[in-house]
Amino acid sequence: MDTVTLNPHPRCAALFAAFFSVGMRGFGGVLPWARRMLVDERHWLDDRGFTELLSLGQLLPGPNIVNLSVVFGARCAGWRGALAAASGLLLAPLFIVLLLAEGWRHFAAVPWLQGVLTTVAAAAAGLILATGAKLAQKLEPAWWSRLLAAATFVAIAWLRLPLLAVLAVAAPCGIALAWRDLQTEKRR
Amino acid sequence: MSNAAAPSLGELLLGCATLSLVAVGGANAIVPELHRQVVDIHRWLSGPEFATLFAIAATAPGPNVLVVTLIGWKLGGIPGALLATAGICGPSSVLAFTVGKAWERLRASPGRQALERGLAPVTIGLVLGSGWLLNAAAATDWRGWLVAGVAAAAYWRARFNPLWVLAGAALLGAFLLS
Repeated sequence: MDTVTLNPHPRCAALFAAFFSVGMRGFGGVLPWARRMLVDERHWLDDRGFTELLSLGQLLPGPNIVNLSVVFGARCAGWRGALAAASGLLLAPLFIVLLLAEGWRHFAAVPWLQGVLTTVAAAAAGLILATGAKLAQKLEPAWWSRLLAAATFVAIAWLRLPLLAVLAVAAPCGIALAWRDLQTEKRR
Repeated sequence: MSNAAAPSLGELLLGCATLSLVAVGGANAIVPELHRQVVDIHRWLSGPEFATLFAIAATAPGPNVLVVTLIGWKLGGIPGALLATAGICGPSSVLAFTVGKAWERLRASPGRQALERGLAPVTIGLVLGSGWLLNAAAATDWRGWLVAGVAAAAYWRARFNPLWVLAGAALLGAFLLS
């Protein structure tokens, strides 16, 4: 386990700048970059803190990383912080994606551009897999932890079960097992 | 099959705001639902149009939820894009803000600890699953899986800056498939 001392939480301007950098670099999705920025670069959270924040972002409806930026921003600097983080994340990508869509109308027939689109999307998916692997390395060593992660993966990716159904089974299982572990630890 | 008439801006905002509050699992998880609504039910877009918008959103920097922005743009121009984005992010953000504050107050409670510890593996399973599904949608053959595998290994093990991984993939795509 890395033992890095965490930096104090940032204020609005730093939040905006940090999430702006996440949005600008987030090709194929921002999750890998959000983890990299918060954990590796700025040391505002460790891997466990990031996973906790992400869990909350995923449990809530709506875009995960927007939720994550709102919750983290609010924790640092109230509603102004939430606004700073979320707008930092969304502002630049919003303009870029509209420019790209406009451009695509003119260049859709160029064959190598199709190739770029396909491979970049595949590589971006690979980055998400690697981010999942990094987070998995920091999981609790309890026996059920990795098993539950693997079962969730299989249910979503291979069996293609509906997300709500998967959550309805996996979440209570995980919470009950964690609760049991916590009780055992307390008794010791 | 021709497309139906585009929705009004009010319909667009209302549709996105509703989706915002039911979209458990984030942007990647709502793509099947978006497709069902926009292509199958309302026929506002054709299947290939939808796929192209998704590919553009996935290759552009920024959160994957921007596919909703592009659908708004296609259906209602710039006002449509802005309203769709505000609709899909607004209600869920207000909820996240409220729940996030309550969450902070419960820091020491054993219930919250059990919730966080118990949900962590589920979260990780979902992250891995969405990476897998996104690649299944993007990869047309084994080369796509190879690219994803090499990219994953490069970022996980060698700790390259992911921008290099993506730039390498872009170059490869330009030569490999042209």
